[in-house]
Amino acid sequence: MSGLTIEKISMRFDLPNGSSVQALKDVSLQLAEGELLSVLGPSGCGKTTLLNIVAGFLAPTDGTITLNGHRVKGPDAERGMVFQQGALFEWMSVRENVSFGPRMAGKRERDWGTHVDHLLDVVGLRDFKEKAVYELSGGMQQRVALARCLANDPDVILMDEPLGALDALTREKMQGLVLKLWKETGKTIILITHSVEEALLLGERLLVMAPRPGRIHREYRLPFADMGVNADLREVKKHPDFGQKREEILSMIWDMEEEIMGRTEESA
Amino acid sequence: MIVFAIYFAIFVISFFVVKFVVHRAATDYTSLKTVTFGDESAVTPNRIASVVSVLSIFLLWAAFTGSTLVPGFLHAPGPFIGDATFTYTAQAAGQAPDDATVTIRVFEVGTEVEQPVVDPGDGWAKNDVDTVGAWRSGLIRVDSNDEFGRDDGHEVIAVNGEPIAPGQSVFTKFGRVGMSPKGTLNFEPAKGWQMEPIWLPAPEAVWVRVGEIATEGYRSFTLLEHLGYSLFRVVVGFVFGALVGIPLGFAMGLSNWFRGWFDPIVEFMRPVPPLALIPLVIIWAGIGEVGKIILLFLAALWIMAIAARAGVSGVSISKVHAAYSLGASKFQIMRHVIMPNSLPEIFTGARVAMGVCWGTVVAAELVAAEKGAGMMIMVASKFQQTDIVLMGIILIGVIGFGIDILMRMAEKALVPWKGRT
Repeated sequence: MSGLTIEKISMRFDLPNGSSVQALKDVSLQLAEGELLSVLGPSGCGKTTLLNIVAGFLAPTDGTITLNGHRVKGPDAERGMVFQQGALFEWMSVRENVSFGPRMAGKRERDWGTHVDHLLDVVGLRDFKEKAVYELSGGMQQRVALARCLANDPDVILMDEPLGALDALTREKMQGLVLKLWKETGKTIILITHSVEEALLLGERLLVMAPRPGRIHREYRLPFADMGVNADLREVKKHPDFGQKREEILSMIWDMEEEIMGRTEESA
Repeated sequence: MIVFAIYFAIFVISFFVVKFVVHRAATDYTSLKTVTFGDESAVTPNRIASVVSVLSIFLLWAAFTGSTLVPGFLHAPGPFIGDATFTYTAQAAGQAPDDATVTIRVFEVGTEVEQPVVDPGDGWAKNDVDTVGAWRSGLIRVDSNDEFGRDDGHEVIAVNGEPIAPGQSVFTKFGRVGMSPKGTLNFEPAKGWQMEPIWLPAPEAVWVRVGEIATEGYRSFTLLEHLGYSLFRVVVGFVFGALVGIPLGFAMGLSNWFRGWFDPIVEFMRPVPPLALIPLVIIWAGIGEVGKIILLFLAALWIMAIAARAGVSGVSISKVHAAYSLGASKFQIMRHVIMPNSLPEIFTGARVAMGVCWGTVVAAELVAAEKGAGMMIMVASKFQQTDIVLMGIILIGVIGFGIDILMRMAEKALVPWKGRT
């Protein structure tokens, strides 16, 4: 059985004062190979926790995750991760960063050299191979992170707000790049974001999560990612359905936020 | 006080001279900032001020020691050298008071001196001669050559016409003439404002001493050997401290058990100044090389362990997560992520440790040693060889500064990403 299956995941943290927080409750999800899922939700809805569980950094209190027929028990090269920022190795050049995975697997340069150079071309960093990563701009650093993840050829790519720290213009360019890489490589991708627009643009499927306890609120299947692969993202945004979906989801999240605010005011 | 006043005056005057006379033509970004007061990044050390600062210290040193390095008009008034004279009026039983002159040759200590020759003069009180070294004082028995001595009630009642009694003194232009409780005159030539070489030798005297000790040695070791042994102890002690401390710090940063086991020890040893361990180390290991190296090892150990521990905790978790999800093993994460990532912290620790070690070795040598920079200045101070003490202090400072510069250069070469992430 191929694909990623998330089955009845629950996560409860015990706090030092004796109370506990239900970060996730009965989250189930089936992701076919090559699907791009974007996850959206107000802060505290457990979306990063969910990603960390899928990545294997956290063990859920209940439930299982199965990838291609075997259970996920810890971090592994089959599940690559792209972080918001700060996850590059400053003591390595761009090329050394990108080839980190293959090198750790004990492969020789003749095995990974062409692949890594090709990826650097794809993300547009051909002329920056030997640069130190701290000399690059934020957008370029995220390109390195993407290439590094792809160089390891994982089955699933987990992105934790990968474009969150970028300025609006760079972000738009990078959204196009993510779509392009997704279509070219056919990877399964889970992308967590704060931006409704980004979630709509990139997500073939979109998951809106609700907080306290963290759970799946609504799921959408969207045409915009497919449209964006072949068209300008700005054009996609002008599509009438796009604007309508954006408003719908925005007000949904607004309502959740207001509910949280109201609840905290009551308890205060 | 005068020295500080002059120093302050140089500070203020040179500030205004540079401000109004030296026009800066620079039009770099900083010079165009209108708000510099409070903007720390706009404050850079004024190079002219640094040069003037160092020069004025040497100028003051030279001026107040009568150094030959600066022209005579810059010298502070020196001590009186030459023949000083004053007259005294003496009385004796049954005699009319009589005047006589005292001629005192004031000489530089350490040079040959002859008694001045004078005419004994008229009257029963005869003229006297004596010699006194500059910055010293001397009792002058003016009655010894007079016709009537103390047995005859000889008594000095005035100096240069001014009355004097035991415990009082008269100031002449050559210096102070005092009278002891027993009535003996005491001459203290004017000292001027310069420092006596045994308190503060002139810069060139120190320089000459550097050459002398560099070639002939001091206490059977040459200058290079003294400094070399101190440095050798620091380097060996630091290297051992780092070799043990860094792995210990890593272990403490990576394992609960190690952290729990060593935390109380490290946290207790860290605030203990290494100097406080000197007596114990001397009891256990003596004053030889082993004791010194153990002491410096202990001085460096805790600093390096804490630096390495801080280095591990400074690794952002997303780097470690990224490495795991790229398939790295624990050992590979240690080798390729944690170790390089903690280098900046380790270098900061190493700089602190080298500074502490250098201070500790000098202190340990001050207490007891056969050779070394600290031992050299300690022994020299016991013989009031101030020039050697000064030389030692300057060289210790220069070496300590040099160590720090070297560490910074190494840091720049090895950790170029420091402060840029």
